[in-house]
Amino acid sequence: MLQYLALAAILFAIGIFGVLTRRNAIGILMSLELMFNAANINLVTFNKYIGPDNLTGQIFATFVIVIAAAEAVVGLAIVLLLYRNWRGIDVDNINLMKW
Amino acid sequence: MLENAFLIPFYPLFAFVVIIFFTRWNEKLSSYLSIGMILTGFVHSLFVLMQMLARNGEPVEKMVTFISHPALHLELGMYIDPLTAVMLMVVTIVSSCVQIYSLGYMHGDPRFSRYFSYLSLFTFSMLGLVIANNFFMIFIFWELVGLTSYLLIGFWFEKKSAADAGKKAFITTRIGDLGFIVGILILAVYAGTLNYQQVFEKVASGALSPAVLTAAGILIFCGAVGKSAQFPLHVWLPDAMEGPTPVSALIHAATMVAAGVYLVARAMSLFVGSAEASMVVAVIGLITSFMAASIALTQNDIKRVLAYSTVSQLGYMIMALGLYGVDSAHGHHSPGFVAGTFHLMNHAFFKALLFLGAGSVIHAVHTNDIQEMGGLSKKMKRTSITFFIACLSIAGIFPLSGFWSKDEIIAAAQGHSVFMFFALLIAFMTAFYMFRLSFLTFTGKPRNEERYLHAHESPNSMTWPLMFLAFLSVVSGWVGLPWLSHGFSSFVFHEKVHHAEPSYILMIVSTVVALSGIGFSYMIYCKRKISADAIADRFKPIYTLLYNKYYFDEIYNAIIIKPLLRITDALWWFDANVIDGLVNFSGWLTVKWSDVKQWFDVHIIDGAVNGTGYVCMAGAWLLKYIQNGSVQFYALTIIAAAIGIVIYRVTPEGFYYYLAGLIIMLISRLLARVVRTGRIKAEANIED
Repeated sequence: MLQYLALAAILFAIGIFGVLTRRNAIGILMSLELMFNAANINLVTFNKYIGPDNLTGQIFATFVIVIAAAEAVVGLAIVLLLYRNWRGIDVDNINLMKW
Repeated sequence: MLENAFLIPFYPLFAFVVIIFFTRWNEKLSSYLSIGMILTGFVHSLFVLMQMLARNGEPVEKMVTFISHPALHLELGMYIDPLTAVMLMVVTIVSSCVQIYSLGYMHGDPRFSRYFSYLSLFTFSMLGLVIANNFFMIFIFWELVGLTSYLLIGFWFEKKSAADAGKKAFITTRIGDLGFIVGILILAVYAGTLNYQQVFEKVASGALSPAVLTAAGILIFCGAVGKSAQFPLHVWLPDAMEGPTPVSALIHAATMVAAGVYLVARAMSLFVGSAEASMVVAVIGLITSFMAASIALTQNDIKRVLAYSTVSQLGYMIMALGLYGVDSAHGHHSPGFVAGTFHLMNHAFFKALLFLGAGSVIHAVHTNDIQEMGGLSKKMKRTSITFFIACLSIAGIFPLSGFWSKDEIIAAAQGHSVFMFFALLIAFMTAFYMFRLSFLTFTGKPRNEERYLHAHESPNSMTWPLMFLAFLSVVSGWVGLPWLSHGFSSFVFHEKVHHAEPSYILMIVSTVVALSGIGFSYMIYCKRKISADAIADRFKPIYTLLYNKYYFDEIYNAIIIKPLLRITDALWWFDANVIDGLVNFSGWLTVKWSDVKQWFDVHIIDGAVNGTGYVCMAGAWLLKYIQNGSVQFYALTIIAAAIGIVIYRVTPEGFYYYLAGLIIMLISRLLARVVRTGRIKAEANIED
């Protein structure tokens, strides 16, 4: 079990690092997907070792995958709009959310 | 009709209000409305008088409460007794005649409607004064007649003398009114009521001390002195002749000036309680009467002669009333009360007639100076005949009205030899100056041809009232014939029924006196047997004194008006220098003080406010770099915080190291940022 959780933690850390450091918006989205997947691994792991009789964790993971797909759609749409407005997707240039 | 007699004053009031607000622009309608209303009042008064006669003079009183207070109870009400009923008749008759007469006299005046509205207002006030049942109400109407008198004297206010005369009348009567209201207040304090009947009951029951009675009596008489132009406040009445002549007839001869006499008659019970107050009344009446009659001997202005005659006759009545008070206080019998009120009625008719006749003459010749008239009887038949009738009446010739009342007054002076002597002397002077006036005006040769040529008889609206009043001047005395068992005397007599005794000796004496006055006047001014100038030269000092009206105006000017002006000048100086100085100094002080406060505001208060602002801005300048718009920085913050919470949960001490590390990182980032921005700006400057 520990190996799975460690894998998930490493994956999550890689995701966070990617989100915080990537300059490319698509890269950020991809890193986000990594974080989702880390969470999914956790869910499935706990399901298997704590309550194998019901499939709660797995169903939950399925939902997360679906939601992640939807989120990716929204995210890509935003990226598209960013590209149209800034002629690029470098997030350093995009600082709308300030005073 | 008797029960709602309180409506009588409201007829003219209605006319006044309607004229002022609605019909002012239609002169005909205004004047007819005014006349119609006063005629209605006249008819109503006639019914009141008849009902009063039918019930044998038993009074009627009606009232509503005006102010109710433990210390003072004021009411509005009417009190109708024979005296009131007679006064109602006098006022409405004279008012009617004067208003009809004014149609002709005031024709073409630019303020025609206003004139009639004032007359209506005056009639309202006078009727209210007559009908009042307490001293409080009579005082209200007393002031109202004063006001209308002022308005009408100054009716031609473009003329400075008229405006001044109005002011003089108003101020002079006000001096008397001050005494009047103090007297009323004394009654209110000591008697606790102002209702006539209640006050008189208290007087009769001896509830008021003689000192209070005397003070109240004299002070109330002060009001009468002002209003009836008695010595020493008589100076306003001759000047009041600046007003239109019908006004002089109505207000300054027949009604308003008689209000003082009416007041004394009304408050007679008060004076009966105090022989001293009555004596003051009688003496003032005598002085006034003699003084005014002597002035009238020498005057040349037709209206002024009549004005002094009015003053004299009013003094005559007041003297009679005062003598009645003196005699009654000593328990004697006296016809003075009847004489005074009877003469009041008769005088109202013949004096109104004289004034209206004078107005008719003035209308014809456009001058007041009798030295420029003469011979007018040929051109003005009606005016001259009615004028002569009035003169005969005022002189006291049998059987005209003046004879009967003057006779009674002389009878009232019986037992007081000084009064008797002066009463007869005044009767002689009255006959003399009245006939001097009419001889100079109507007989002889015209002394001014040009004026004589333009003279003409006045229109019917002016002569008919003259004839009606002439009729009354003849017959009004007959209601008081001494032989009547239920005549005027038993009708108006105050307290108990009284029957006047005919005194043939007195009648003969007074007739002889009057005839000698007329004869003397006839010799001088008609036959020119005796030269008037010679007499004037012979008694030069006296003539000058009389011609200048005893120098009353000059004396008042010197001892009252001049010092008053001096004092006001001094007060003005004090105002301009001391008071204004103080005011200006305090203003200067305020300005200085506000300068100090302004400095404080600008530097301390504003400084504090701005300081707060600067502190906030400095903080904001530092903190604004945290909100840099980079989503990744925000996410980093969130994660750092989350890690911080986890660390805090595990090892609280480690958290501080973590926090310190974070802050150091943040500051280094900031510094790096600042340095970088500065460098970019410097580069931009170099490029420029």
